[in-house]
Amino acid sequence: MDILLQQIINGLVQGSVYALVALGYTMVYGILGLINFAHGEVVMVGAMVALSITQVLAGYALPPMVVLLISLLVASMVCMALGYGIERIAYRPLRNAPRLAPLITAIGVSIVLQNLAMIIWGRAYHAFPPLLPDSPHIIAGAIINEVQIAIILVAVVMMTGLLLLIHRTRLGRAMRAVAENPAIAALMGVNINAVISITFMLGSALAAVAGIMVAANYGIVHYYMGSILGLKAFTAAVLGGIGNLRGAMLGGVLLGLIESLGAGYIGDLSGGFFGSNYQDVFAFFVLIAVLVLRPSGLLGERVAERA
Amino acid sequence: MNILQVRNLKVSYGGIQALKGIDIDIAAGELVALIGSNGAGKTTTLKTLAGLLPAAGEIHYQAESLHTCATHQRVRDGLALVPEGRGLFGRMSVLENLQMGAYCRDDPAGIAQDLERVYALFPRLAERHTQLAGTLSGGEQQMVAIGRALMSRPKLLMLDEPSMGLAPMMVEKIFETICNISAQGIAILLVEQNAKLALEVAQRGYVLECGLITLSGQASMLLDSAEVRRAYLGS
Repeated sequence: MDILLQQIINGLVQGSVYALVALGYTMVYGILGLINFAHGEVVMVGAMVALSITQVLAGYALPPMVVLLISLLVASMVCMALGYGIERIAYRPLRNAPRLAPLITAIGVSIVLQNLAMIIWGRAYHAFPPLLPDSPHIIAGAIINEVQIAIILVAVVMMTGLLLLIHRTRLGRAMRAVAENPAIAALMGVNINAVISITFMLGSALAAVAGIMVAANYGIVHYYMGSILGLKAFTAAVLGGIGNLRGAMLGGVLLGLIESLGAGYIGDLSGGFFGSNYQDVFAFFVLIAVLVLRPSGLLGERVAERA
Repeated sequence: MNILQVRNLKVSYGGIQALKGIDIDIAAGELVALIGSNGAGKTTTLKTLAGLLPAAGEIHYQAESLHTCATHQRVRDGLALVPEGRGLFGRMSVLENLQMGAYCRDDPAGIAQDLERVYALFPRLAERHTQLAGTLSGGEQQMVAIGRALMSRPKLLMLDEPSMGLAPMMVEKIFETICNISAQGIAILLVEQNAKLALEVAQRGYVLECGLITLSGQASMLLDSAEVRRAYLGS
C-alpha cells in the first residue's frame, strides 16, 4: 500500500470539508468583518438533522441515494433558516456595536446551539447509516471509497458554483459591493440587510453539506462535532487569507493535506516519540505560524488602492 | 413643480448639530449649487437627502415624503448621489462599477443603451472597462463615479465636490460634463468648494454657513454679491 498517496487522498477528503466550512467563515467575515464562531455548530446541526431524516425514512425502504438527497435537501434548508435566524437575532442588533460585542455573542450562540443539540439529540455518539455503497477502489496501491470520491466531487462542484455566483451574477456583484463598502452599495440600490441574510444562508447551506460529508465519512455524529471542526476550518480561512474566497478553498485543502501528511509521517520523523494522535496539533501549529509569518494569509489583501 | 422640497432639515452627530433647519427647493431640470466653507454641512446635506443619515424635518421628493424611504429605495426613484471621494468599488472593474449603478433597474435593453451613452460621454472608460477601478487616476475615477450615477437614470443627481483633487484640465472636463447632463433635463444639486466655478454653471445657488442657509438666489446674483465675493471668491 502506498502510504504517501493514501495520505494525500485522505488529506484531500478532509481538506474538501474544511474548505466548504472555511467558505462560510470567510464570506461572513468579508461582508461584516465578524468571525461567526457559531458556524461550526451549524455544521453539526446539518449532520444531526440529516441523521434524524435517515431515522425517519428508515421505515420506508427507500433507495439509499434518495434518502441521501432528501437529507441533503432538508439539512440545507434547516441550516439556512438557522443561519438566517442567527444573523437576525444575534448579530443584526449589534451591527454598529463595538467589534468585541458580536464576537462574544458569536461564542454565546455557539454554546447555546451545542446545548440545544445535546437536549434534542442527547449526549451519545450516534451511528450515521451508510448511504453510498462502501466499495473501496484501489488506485496505485491506495484505497479510496465512494463516499470519499463523492465528497471531493461535491466540494469541487459547490466551490465552482459559488465562485460563479459571486463573480458572474448580479447577486454576487451586490455581495462584493456590500463587502467593499456597505454605504455606497446602499446608494446603488442594494438592500444591505437582504444581502447579509443571503450570505449567512449560503454559508449555512455549505456547512450543512459539509456536516453530512463528515457524518458519511466517519459514520458517527455527536453534538460536539462542530466545535473542533469549526476551529480548524477557521484556521483554514485564516491560512488562506480571511475574507478571500479562493483563499478559504486553498487554505482548506492545504490544511487537510498538512494534517494528513503530518499524521502519517510524524511517527517516523520523531523516531516514534509522537504518534498520529498529534494530528490536531498541526492545524493549530499552522494557525500560529501563519499569524506570525504572514498575518494576512496566503491570498490575503496586499494591493494598496489609490485614493 | 419642484422635484425636491426640503423644509427645516436638522441633522445632529452625537450632540453636535450639523444642520440647524435648512430649506432647499429644486425645480425639475434645474442646476442648483450649494456652496460653503469646510464643515458648513454641505456633505451632511447630500448624505441626508440620500438617506445615509437620520434627520428631522421634511424632505419631499416628487411630491412624496422620503421620511420612511430607505437609502436603497431612493435611487430606484431616481435620486442619485455621487459621494465625496467618489466611493468607487476599487476591487471591481470599471464595467462592474457601472453595472452596479444600474443595480436598481431591470430593463437590460435600457441598461445596455445607457452604458453606450456613458462610454460616449467618457470614451476613456470604454478603453479601460476591464481595469480595476482602484487603479485609475483621480480624474478617471470621477468619470466612473458620474457614469455610475447616470446608469441609474437619475431624475435628480447630487454631486459632492466633483472637482476635488483633480488637475485643472480635468476639472474643466468634469464641469463640461455636468453642463451636458443638465442640458439633458436632469436636475442637479452641485456641492462645491470651488464656488466660482459652481455658480458659473448653476442657475441658482445656496450659501451654507455653520448649518444654516445664509444666502440664496440666482447664481449670477450670488456671483455679484459682495458677501459671497469676500467669503468664497477671494476678492
